[in-house]
Amino acid sequence: MSVANLSYRAVFSLVLKRDLTIAMRHKDDIINPLLFFVIVVTLFPLGIGPEAQTLSRIAPGIIWVAALLSTLLSLDRLFKSDHSDGSLEQMLLSPHPVFILVLAKIVAHWLITGLPLILIAPLLAVLLHLNEQSYTALILTLLLGTPVLSLLGAIGVALTVGIKKGGVLLSLLVLPLYIPVLIFATSAIDTASLGLPYSGQLAIIAALFFGSLTLAPFAVGAALKVSTN
Amino acid sequence: MSVNLAANTESALISASNLTCIREERLLFDQLAFEISAGDIVQVEGPNGSGKTSLLRILAGLSQPYEGEIYYKKQLITQSREEFHQNLLYLGHLPGVKGEMSAEENLNFNLTLHGLHNNADEIEETLSLVNLAGFEDSLASHLSAGQHRRISLARLYKSSAKIWILDEPFTAIDKQGVHSLEQLFKEHIKQGGCVILTTHQDLLTFSPSQVRKITLDYMGE
Repeated sequence: MSVANLSYRAVFSLVLKRDLTIAMRHKDDIINPLLFFVIVVTLFPLGIGPEAQTLSRIAPGIIWVAALLSTLLSLDRLFKSDHSDGSLEQMLLSPHPVFILVLAKIVAHWLITGLPLILIAPLLAVLLHLNEQSYTALILTLLLGTPVLSLLGAIGVALTVGIKKGGVLLSLLVLPLYIPVLIFATSAIDTASLGLPYSGQLAIIAALFFGSLTLAPFAVGAALKVSTN
Repeated sequence: MSVNLAANTESALISASNLTCIREERLLFDQLAFEISAGDIVQVEGPNGSGKTSLLRILAGLSQPYEGEIYYKKQLITQSREEFHQNLLYLGHLPGVKGEMSAEENLNFNLTLHGLHNNADEIEETLSLVNLAGFEDSLASHLSAGQHRRISLARLYKSSAKIWILDEPFTAIDKQGVHSLEQLFKEHIKQGGCVILTTHQDLLTFSPSQVRKITLDYMGE
């Protein structure tokens, strides 16, 4: 037994591993948002009709809106269970900087919910007759965009974690923040379908990603302190 | 409100000055000041709703007081957060045990998070100290409330923190467990630590003169 100062990397991987272990033993957390995503997307061809032209026109919007909603659905788990069983308190009382702990939890959340979404999205794109030229754009925007959803969502969850029925409030807080990602992601996919360069939109999503990656963990840390007060 | 002040200000581990706490527009305590030194065991007393938990949370830095400051070795805890947290062990009402992880994994995570490295044998040994031998690999969701509490209390046996802040540590713990916890407290204060706790039971193996008391009596507005 020895007392040692853990490096930031060790703390990060400790919390990441814990959250992934919990998710693997509680598979609902992974499967439910993913199923929700698939079902929402498959509802559209049923409601609108199977014409390939209409569907391929609205496919980027459908996939992205479904991604937003399914992320929103999964956000609750990010801090809620830790808050209700007291492990959040213990983490805040550990001698490590809060933003490292928070960042590890957000990365775990993205691996659990964002990554499966990206893996299944091409399949759903086929269902919606997405233009062939748009596939790369779809994957790239999802790769850069879904982490932003997790990062910004974490701020909302951290603010509402102490409130008993924070679910609706959470969506009111978080969904408006998702609008820029939605606009630039769908615009990138649309531009790609016309065979034009879409690097401008990608750059903006990348900027949103790095901006939220560096700032969100601090905001989340501050919000958690308020929530546990 | 009666507060016994320790005379020895030099060795104060944790001290509070001018603490005021207001919850739901009710004044819980006002202008509370005390110093707790190495070797002290302090029992916070008061009826339900008198602010015992609020006081402990403020001392641990989890809540902010309405007014007043907490010092760790003469430094504001907000300014020496890392050092303070390295020397603090706070156990609240909630055990902080994850149902999806086994007893062993829970303890190992909690210890590692607070900077204590362990091998599997040490974890097993610690769990047997809190009567959880044989439950190492059981998922915590299959264990009882008392066993959850024991998992979180197991940290006390390994902790190197000087300041222990314990909110109702004896809840759901059987007589034998209470006895061994009290022995552990004795050991801890002998080694230069301090214990701040709330409990509705009396500490049986301590003589009344050994236990300092902070009494919170709700005064109302």
